[in-house]
Amino acid sequence: MIAIVDYGAGNLVSVKKALDWLGQQCAITSDPGEVAKAAKIVLPGVGHFASTAALARTGLQDAIADAITRGIPFLGICVGMQWMFEGSQESPETRGLGVLSGECERFPASVKSPHVGWNQVEVDSSSRLLRGVPPGSFVYFTHSFRAPVSETTAACCEYGGQFSAAVERDHLFGVQFHPEKSGEIGLKLLANFCGL
Amino acid sequence: MLTKRIIACLDVDGGRVVKGVQFENLRDAGDPAELAKAHSASGADEIVLLDISAAHERRATLLDTVRRAAGQLFIPFTVGGGIRTLEDAVSVFSAGADKISINSAALADPTLITGIAERFGSQAVVIAIDARRREGASHWEAFTHGGRATTGRDAVEWAREAESRGAGEILLTSMDRDGTGSGFDCDLTRVVADSVRIPVIASGGAGGAQHFVEVFREGHADAALAASIFHYGFSELADLKQEIGSQGIPVRWPC
Repeated sequence: MIAIVDYGAGNLVSVKKALDWLGQQCAITSDPGEVAKAAKIVLPGVGHFASTAALARTGLQDAIADAITRGIPFLGICVGMQWMFEGSQESPETRGLGVLSGECERFPASVKSPHVGWNQVEVDSSSRLLRGVPPGSFVYFTHSFRAPVSETTAACCEYGGQFSAAVERDHLFGVQFHPEKSGEIGLKLLANFCGL
Repeated sequence: MLTKRIIACLDVDGGRVVKGVQFENLRDAGDPAELAKAHSASGADEIVLLDISAAHERRATLLDTVRRAAGQLFIPFTVGGGIRTLEDAVSVFSAGADKISINSAALADPTLITGIAERFGSQAVVIAIDARRREGASHWEAFTHGGRATTGRDAVEWAREAESRGAGEILLTSMDRDGTGSGFDCDLTRVVADSVRIPVIASGGAGGAQHFVEVFREGHADAALAASIFHYGFSELADLKQEIGSQGIPVRWPC
């Protein structure tokens, strides 16, 4: 069973709809006990980085950290990916999980923010998450803060400079864009994650 | 490169897609869920469903329509029409919408924008502005209730306020051009797009590929929306995107 973690931020219906479409057993849950039992974990997220503070408050953060230690595959989406880093300029007092190093930062004033729409990604061909995703594929973004490029970057995007569109390390995965809203390419990526 | 979005709009009345000229003389154009799926398959970057009857009636029909359409869509899906309260928004999101579009209710109570943005994020809140040029003037006034009610509000000033209250995008419809096929109102679009940092979706007047090129280039639009141009076979979406792309506008193609 894939746990879609509900921490009171945003709308999880579209993520569940995409996993249902792929024929996956999944459930939206806010119960740390359910998260602890999951075979895979998806952490969606939209809105403000401060909303992730609820994860620590509710015991979900401990359940996720423990599952990651046990090797359970984890996928963070949008703010869910940003939370994998140490923190974000959007809410300096809220700390991320810190399994990836670096801080998320705002876009430079030279470009409109938020970054909304379909942009192209350059894919690291060794990525397991992005296997079969052609270079230059279009995916759907909507965000005001971005993660830096580092050795864990699995896909890059250009908007007022390069940033991490996808990150990957062992069984940890994150995407800044919305695979559940990125048409066939997004479904391919989610199928890859489900098949790990 | 970030592409310019081409958005297909479904105006729905009583569970059927309709399209009028300047908000009147409605004609039947088909099933919303089927049309949404067809547009997505032919390359629409986003689908907007506007329930033009909702200000009066039939909420249950709308939610059922949203649910059916959302079940087959894996691109962004916006729903508008008759959303007056946070509870209305919650039910539309639960039915599968990614964003909601509000017009009359936001003008009546601008704090609604903030309330929905705090719960669902700014990216989920689209403020729809129906604007008409004031007679003999170079500014535009916002209208509500499907263009039937005047507000006295300047469209640009209202767009700025909506942004400051948490709106994530502006859906800007030129009532002067809506349904005419004579081209988008590039002056209106540029004035609003240059006044806010959030994306502006131009709407009203699309008749051909050249109109899209103009509104992206001269109107500074981030996205452009059309309805009747797609429903009646004036133009296949895929051909339209290729034509726009061939003129140097970045579009998502092939999808």
